[in-house]
Amino acid sequence: MDTREKDIENLKDYKYGFTTDIENIKAPKGLNENVIRFISNIKKEPKWMLDFRLKAFERFKLLKEPDWQKPKYPKIDYQDLYYYSAPKSMKDKPKSLDELDPKLLETYNKLGIPLQEQARLNGIAVDAVFDSVSVATTFKGELTKHGIIFCSMSEAIQKHPDLVKKYLGTVIPTTDHFFATLNSAVFTDGSFVYIPEGVKCPMELSTYFRINASETGQFERTLIIADKGSYVSYLEGCTAPMRDENQLHAANVELIALDDAEIKYSTVQNWYPGDENGKGGIYNFVTKRGLCKGKNSKISWTQVETGSAITWKYPSCILKGDNSIGEFYSIAITNNHQKADTGTKMIHLGKNTKSKIISKGISAGFSDMTYRGLVDINSKAKNSRNYTQCDSLLMGNKCGAHTVPYIKNKNFDSNVAHEATTSKISEEQLHYCQQRGLNPEEAVGLIVNGFCKEVLQQLPMEFAVEAQKLVGISLEGSVG
Amino acid sequence: MKEQLKIDFNKIQEVSNFSSRDIEIKKSCLNRFIENGFPNRKQENWKFLDINQIISSNISDLSFYNDYSIENKIDSSIFIGDLEHNKIIFINGRIEKIDFSYEDKKQIEIIEDSYTNNKSENNNSLIDLNIALSNKHFKILIKKGYSLKKSLIIYHLTNDKMKSKNINLRLDFELEQNSSLKLIDFFSDDSEKNFMNIFYNFNLDRDAILKNYKIDKSLNKNLKYSFNNINQKQNSISETFVFSAGSDYFKNEINCNLKGEYSSAFINGIFSLDDNKQHEIRTTINHLVENTKSYQLIKSVLGKNTKSAYQGRIYVDSKAQKTDGYQLSKAILIDETSEFNAKPELEIYADDVKCSHGSASGSLDDNSIFYLMSRGLNYKQAKGLLINGFLLDVIEKITDAEIKDLLKKMIGLKK
Repeated sequence: MDTREKDIENLKDYKYGFTTDIENIKAPKGLNENVIRFISNIKKEPKWMLDFRLKAFERFKLLKEPDWQKPKYPKIDYQDLYYYSAPKSMKDKPKSLDELDPKLLETYNKLGIPLQEQARLNGIAVDAVFDSVSVATTFKGELTKHGIIFCSMSEAIQKHPDLVKKYLGTVIPTTDHFFATLNSAVFTDGSFVYIPEGVKCPMELSTYFRINASETGQFERTLIIADKGSYVSYLEGCTAPMRDENQLHAANVELIALDDAEIKYSTVQNWYPGDENGKGGIYNFVTKRGLCKGKNSKISWTQVETGSAITWKYPSCILKGDNSIGEFYSIAITNNHQKADTGTKMIHLGKNTKSKIISKGISAGFSDMTYRGLVDINSKAKNSRNYTQCDSLLMGNKCGAHTVPYIKNKNFDSNVAHEATTSKISEEQLHYCQQRGLNPEEAVGLIVNGFCKEVLQQLPMEFAVEAQKLVGISLEGSVG
Repeated sequence: MKEQLKIDFNKIQEVSNFSSRDIEIKKSCLNRFIENGFPNRKQENWKFLDINQIISSNISDLSFYNDYSIENKIDSSIFIGDLEHNKIIFINGRIEKIDFSYEDKKQIEIIEDSYTNNKSENNNSLIDLNIALSNKHFKILIKKGYSLKKSLIIYHLTNDKMKSKNINLRLDFELEQNSSLKLIDFFSDDSEKNFMNIFYNFNLDRDAILKNYKIDKSLNKNLKYSFNNINQKQNSISETFVFSAGSDYFKNEINCNLKGEYSSAFINGIFSLDDNKQHEIRTTINHLVENTKSYQLIKSVLGKNTKSAYQGRIYVDSKAQKTDGYQLSKAILIDETSEFNAKPELEIYADDVKCSHGSASGSLDDNSIFYLMSRGLNYKQAKGLLINGFLLDVIEKITDAEIKDLLKKMIGLKK
């Protein structure tokens, strides 16, 4: 069996579909003020944090669940979910990796996230989030030397309250939309990154999310602050066990780039997509928003979306600082009964701001894929530029591919250009590849990878390899 | 407004003689409209230009009853002189004249139509309003194999007797197999602060050809909404051209159902706006069977305090393999207070298709202006030349040579 076949064998049934048998502490089922107090209490949060949550919850009670999206889903009963679940052994947080529950380590090894020695070889600092809490962060010493703070959100609230207080909720306020506000009220953990002035982060930072417990929603919150003149590249990966029920994942990610800073945020999202009949899978309703606050700042989103039963997210950039740049590179692949409604928002407020959107959608099987994007050029955003390209590839006539861009140009000095195409893989290309000895599936894999090349190139090396494999595997069985 | 609507509705019923079935339909439409009101920005289709708000800020005392018993004088100076044509003349919403003097009378039938034959499902409250309040409505039938010798011009005229009124117009066109019609809608207003709501329904049988040109050029302070619903059978062609410039508010909606193989739809449009005008074109092309084609080109030139919006939607059914769909919108923003909005949308369920769209907006190219000025033109001339060239592109898409010439003259592209 060659490696490719092995890969397929491994992934035929979602490789990450196992569950880990670990004792959990859970908050009582349901959503109410007591649960929020419970979460805040168990995390020993200061009062201002509890107030932040309660304020969000007050607001949440007034909000209605949105329903304008393309993929419809059965109503979620928010009272029938656990909002907090943590491995019992984490109650008294281990001081070092050696004290971690061996079962947890084993889980992450199975996922291919080596938290211990292997990590050193890869040179990527990892923060692992298991269900609701961050279990381990590697490479702390090295990062501290540069003054970089990379830790779990709970730790940041305890140790760096000033930074958290100053920036949390400034990009996604507690008064935002339904899912974001829910997250503000009940978020459990996540990653916190602060890069001090002038520091170029020497390694990739990475978070790995894992939903393990059943009937649990995962609500993590990530906050990344790049101070003046700094640079950071951040990676995010996610998996979940196979379950018949649908699980909700509503995270908030806030990025803030000050003057001359650059943040690169890459995601390879591989939550459990449900089985081939569309049963089970994760609802991935995530709010990601970056604020280019300072002059000459840059935020770049790269995402490879292959998992989740429903993906519904729009990583956005608010280009507030003059000369700031926003970029969005996306590959979204849906197969079987998966549905995705994803895209980006580029909001130009500052002068000479630039944004670029490259989106590649591939749908196969019975799936449905929508690109929805907004380019909004404010009347003060003089001399701004936007370029958007969104291409879709269809495989078979049971699936759908949709493009819904909104373009608003209120500035006569600015240029906006948008292009979109929809097509299928041409017979000639397939024929050519097969003539050269590739089997049809390999040929499709090759062509699709070529189609996605512009986006894959944006990923850091280690991720690019994984993503390329994922692209091929996600489309397994969709040819012929 | 609700009270006014009910009073005016009853007044209309008193003076007209609708069948009881029609009255029933009208009543249910009226109730639906009262329930929903004018569309507002909460509805996706009205996101960019909110007609509810525009009407309430422009027309404070809108009333819905029009007295159609008095004949209006026809001012023939308004007629388009360079083109021999058939006429239908509406003044203040009243049909004053139907004149098909150039045609074989046996080949054209004008039928007073009833709503019962033409039930159309919709969730557009303006169509409800139209059905509820429109007067007699006519169906124009063009018989098998007949091509009109001359164009038909429908004059939509208003005079200063009208103010703060709502006019609802409805016409149906039936083009039988292999027939063809060239239709020009010509708007000219001497009134202000009225809201016109026009609904056309076209049925194109096999091989039929429809060319519809809408010209809203003369400056006026009225608000207009026009909805074209076009059903197309095998091999039929529809061409729609919109010149959108004169009114304070004008929204053109075109809904094309390509139900027969090898049918095709072409939509071209120009926004040429100045001084607080807000215009929109919204198109929906439904590709429902194999081998259908659509092409859309919309260009805007936007002056002071203007806003234009283009919402184009291409829908491709899973049966509609080999669809060819194309959409392009471009805008030049001349003034810093102008605004361009676009939502070019693709919704595709078939894999063997070729669909693409593009949208671009920006200011005039400085290099081109510099080039022209270095050749001796002044700034104004250079600007004019570039804008004319930009718009000419759309005019050139018009397939009828006579009408193309006429439009060029109207816009000032040709003497």
